[in-house]
Amino acid sequence: MEREWRFITLQVNGERHTLAVPVYKTLLEVLREDLNLTGTKHGCELGECGACTVLVDGEPVLSCLVLPVDLEGREILTIEGLMEGGRPHPLQIAFAETGAAQCGYCTPGIVLSAKALLDRNPVPTRQEIREALSGNLCRCTGYLHILEAVERAAVRWREMRAASGGF
Amino acid sequence: MFEVIGKPWPKVDALHKCTGETRYADDVYLPRMLYAKILRSPHAHARIRRIDVSRARALSGVHAVITGQDLPTRFGILPVSQDEEALCVEKVRYVGDPVAAVAAADEWTAEEALRLIEVEYEPLPALMTLEEAVAESSVRIHEYGDGPNIHKMVSLEFGDVAAGFARAEYVREDIFFYAGSTHLPLEQHAAVAHYGPDGKLTLWSSTQTPHYVHRALAKVLEMPPSRIRVIATPVGGGFGGKSEPFSHEIVVAKLAMLTGRPVKITLTREEVFYAHRGRHPVLLWIKTGVRRDGTITAMHVRSFLDGGAYGSYGVATTYYTGALQTVTYRIPCYKFEGVRVFTNKPPCGPKRGHGTPQPRFALEVHLDKIAEDLGLDPVDVRQRQIVEAPSITVNWLPISSCGLRACIDRVVEASRFREKFRRLPFGQGVGFACSAYLSGAGLPIYWNDMPHSGVQIKIDRGGGVTVFCGSADIGQGSDSVLAYIVAEVLGILPEDIRVVTADTDMTPVDLGSYSSRVTVMAGNAAVEAAEKLRRLLFRAAAERLDIPEDQLMARGRRIFDQADPDRGLEFAEAAQLAEARFGTLGAVGSYTPPKPPGRYKGAGVGPSPSYSYSACVAQVSVDPETGFVRVEKIWIAHDVGRAINPRLVEGQIHGSVYMGVGEALMEESVFRPRYGVHKAPSMLDYKSPTTLDMPEVECFLIETNDPHGPFGAKEAGQGPLLPVPPAIANAVYDAVGVRIDELPITPEKVLKALEDKARGGSGRIGPTSIPILTWPEPIRVEPPPEWRESSRGSS
Repeated sequence: MEREWRFITLQVNGERHTLAVPVYKTLLEVLREDLNLTGTKHGCELGECGACTVLVDGEPVLSCLVLPVDLEGREILTIEGLMEGGRPHPLQIAFAETGAAQCGYCTPGIVLSAKALLDRNPVPTRQEIREALSGNLCRCTGYLHILEAVERAAVRWREMRAASGGF
Repeated sequence: MFEVIGKPWPKVDALHKCTGETRYADDVYLPRMLYAKILRSPHAHARIRRIDVSRARALSGVHAVITGQDLPTRFGILPVSQDEEALCVEKVRYVGDPVAAVAAADEWTAEEALRLIEVEYEPLPALMTLEEAVAESSVRIHEYGDGPNIHKMVSLEFGDVAAGFARAEYVREDIFFYAGSTHLPLEQHAAVAHYGPDGKLTLWSSTQTPHYVHRALAKVLEMPPSRIRVIATPVGGGFGGKSEPFSHEIVVAKLAMLTGRPVKITLTREEVFYAHRGRHPVLLWIKTGVRRDGTITAMHVRSFLDGGAYGSYGVATTYYTGALQTVTYRIPCYKFEGVRVFTNKPPCGPKRGHGTPQPRFALEVHLDKIAEDLGLDPVDVRQRQIVEAPSITVNWLPISSCGLRACIDRVVEASRFREKFRRLPFGQGVGFACSAYLSGAGLPIYWNDMPHSGVQIKIDRGGGVTVFCGSADIGQGSDSVLAYIVAEVLGILPEDIRVVTADTDMTPVDLGSYSSRVTVMAGNAAVEAAEKLRRLLFRAAAERLDIPEDQLMARGRRIFDQADPDRGLEFAEAAQLAEARFGTLGAVGSYTPPKPPGRYKGAGVGPSPSYSYSACVAQVSVDPETGFVRVEKIWIAHDVGRAINPRLVEGQIHGSVYMGVGEALMEESVFRPRYGVHKAPSMLDYKSPTTLDMPEVECFLIETNDPHGPFGAKEAGQGPLLPVPPAIANAVYDAVGVRIDELPITPEKVLKALEDKARGGSGRIGPTSIPILTWPEPIRVEPPPEWRESSRGSS
C-alpha cells in the first residue's frame, strides 16, 4: 500500500499540535494514537454508533469518518477538553450524578453531542434531546438516565450562566 | 437506618467515565507494542488442507505469524465442552472461525500480511438450521455430544406429569420461537499481552471473567498459572458477550511470548458479530394442564436450541431453558426435555437472562392464551398461584424470598391495566407478564469446593480503606457496590474507599460478572471482611474509651458510644490504635452459596442463593397500515431484595427493559443459508433501539430483605429483561387481535397476521411444528416432601 505522509497542524482542546501523519489516517486514530487522547472511543469505525463523536467548531463530527488533513485551522474539542481548570463541565457532573454512564464507553460521544445541543438550544425539550442524541448508540442505560442528565445539566448550566451574568 | 446503603450515590468511577479518564483495554498503549490481526475462515464448514504463511512472514514489518499448530490445546468455558482451538487445527466450523494470526508493526501491515497467507480448504456441507443438523447425521460438526450434531439432550421429570395432566380440566399446547440476537456492546473486544524477561505473562483484556481467562491461558499456553496475570480492564459493555476465554486473548499472549514485545488486538465490529456467544435461537413447545380457575396441575416443556458451532456455555443454557419455569408459579408436576444442536454458525452463549428469556416469553404468552380460553383475568390467574417463600419448588430450587405479589399489584395499579385491558380502541393495547431470575449460580463452572468470591480489605494509618476483589465492573457498578457495602459496615463514606478489582495477581478470586452473582456473592464476602476489621477497630476503641465493645457504633467516620455519641474516636485514630494493638490491619472475607438441595443429574443449573421477581405491563400502539409497533410505555416492578443503590438498580432495570424492547421488536442475528455469512454484521444493519425508540419507563423497586443477600439484596441486572418481550407480545394481541408467537415482532409479521385474520384465518404468526426426536427416558426425580401429595397420581 502506498503510504503518503503529510505534516499537519491541528488545534485540539485549545492546544496546537504539529505532526506527521499518513493521509488516510482518520481523526479518531490521530487523536488516540498520536495525541494520546484516548477518551475518544470507537465502536464501529464506520460512522454508525456515535461513540467517536467530537466537536469541530462546535458541531458534532464522527471522528472515524474525517481526515485530519481536512481539519487544519478548525477547532477540535474532545472529552478531555471539556473540563475547565480541572473542573468538570455541568454535563459531566450531571451524567455522573444520574448514573447516565454505566459502562461509560458511549459517554464521551454522548456528552459532546449533548454539549453541541445545549450550546445552540439551552432549553431543549425531551424530544429535542432524543433527536439530538439519536445518532449515539448506548446499550447499557436504555437512554433514560442520559436524557435526565442532559435536562439536569441544562438547568444547572442556565443557572450558572445567569449567576455569572452570562445571559 | 443505613447511612450509605439505599442512597443514590454516584458510582465511584462515574467522573472518570464522564471525563474520558477510564482506561479500557484498547486504551492500553505500551512501549514497543505490536498489533495483531486474525485470519478468519470464509467457509461455514471446511477441512484445512494446507496453510502457507511464508509470504506473510517475509513481509517487512511482520514479526510473527502463527497457526493452529502453535496452539493445539483445546479450551472452552465448560469442562464438558473443551471444543475450541485458539486457531483451528484441522477444521473450520463457521464463517469467522480463526485460522492464523499475525503480529506486525502496525495494523495495516498486519492486515496486508493476512492477505499473503495461503489457506487451502476442502469445503464440507454446512448445516445452517436446527432441522438440518438433526436430519444430516452423515455430516458431523463435532465428534462429541449426545448424538450426531447433538451437543446435549436432557430429559427430567418431577412428579407424575401424566397424573397431573389427568387432573387438569383444560390442557393447552403452544409452540413459540425466540430469535437469536447479539450483545452488541459498544466496546469491541480488545486485549493486550506483555511477556517479561522474567518469563511472566500479563494480559489486559475486556473480559467479564478474568479468572476463567487465567485458567484457559495456563491450559493452552501450557504455563503454570502462577506465571500468568490477567487484568480485566473496565468493560465497555458485556451483557454476557465477554464472559468466557476467547481465541484472540490466547493469540496475543502467544504472539507476545514469541516476539518478546507487547501485542495488542482489537476486534473489528464485524469480528465482534462473529465472535458472538449471543442469545440462542430457541424453538419451544409448551403444554400446560389447568383447573377451570387457571390453577396449574402439570406442565411439560420442550426446548430446541440452535447452538452454533461450539459448546460455549451451551450445556448450562440448555438446562436454563427448563429450570426457572417453576420459580414464579406453583407447578406441582413438571417435565422438561431440551436439546442443543451444533450448526455452522457463530457459537451462541449467554446473553442477559441466559437461556431464560426464551421460555419465559413462551410461558407468559401461553398463560395469556389459557386465561383467554377460560374467560379468566390474566392477572388473577398469576396472582392465584404465586410461589410461597420460603419454599422449595418441585424441581428442588430453594426460594428464600418472593415479592412477586407486590410487584404485580404495583404495575397493575400504576398502569391502570384493568381499566385498559380489552377496552382500548383498536390499534392500542396493554399486555402483562411476570418473571423470576437467579442471583448467582449455586454451583461453580468447574467443580471445586472453594469460595465463589473473595474480598480482601486493608486499612491504612490515615484512615484510607482499600478493597480488593476479583470481580469485574462491566458498567453495572460492582466496584461501587463493594465501596458502599464496606463504607456502611465501617461507618465511613464511599469516597474514603479505593477499590481494586479484577486483577488475578492483586485480588482474591471472584468467579466473574455473569449470572447476576456479584452483588450477592462479592457483597457477602465484603461484609464478612469488613466486619472482621470493625471488630478489631471496636476492640481497640473500647479499650481506649473504656466502653464495652457491643456499645460501640461506627458511623460518620467515627467510632463512638451509642449511648453517648460525643464519646468516641475519629475513624483514622481508631485505625492507628488497632494497628498498634493488633499489627497490620487487613482482613479477608469469602462467600460460598448454600449447597443446592437437589440431588439429581442437572440439579446444578438453576439453584441460586435467591431469586429476583419482576412484573411488567406494556402499552403499545400498532399501526394496522404499516404493521409498526410502538411501545408507548413500560411499567415494571422488580423485587431486588434491597436496593443497595436505588439509582443503580433503576439503571439496570432501564437497561433490561431496553434490551427486552430490542429483542421483542427488532433485534435478530440472521445468517445467509448455505454460506453462513452474517446478514447484518454492522451496527447500522443490525437494528437496535435508539433514543427515539426507547419508551418511557416507570420503575418500582420492591424490597423483600432476602436472608441470603448482603443487607438483603438480590439481583437486578438481568431479571427485569424477562417479562418485557411477553408483555409486549400480549399487548400487541390486545391492540390488534393477532398473535405473533415468533420474536421479533416485525412490521412484516404484524401485517401478514392482520391480512390472514382479515381473510378469516387465525391471525397467528409462529412456528407450527417441532422436530421429531427420540428423547431419552427422563430422569424421574422425587419432588421435595411438600409437593409429594399434589404431584402424585391420585387427586
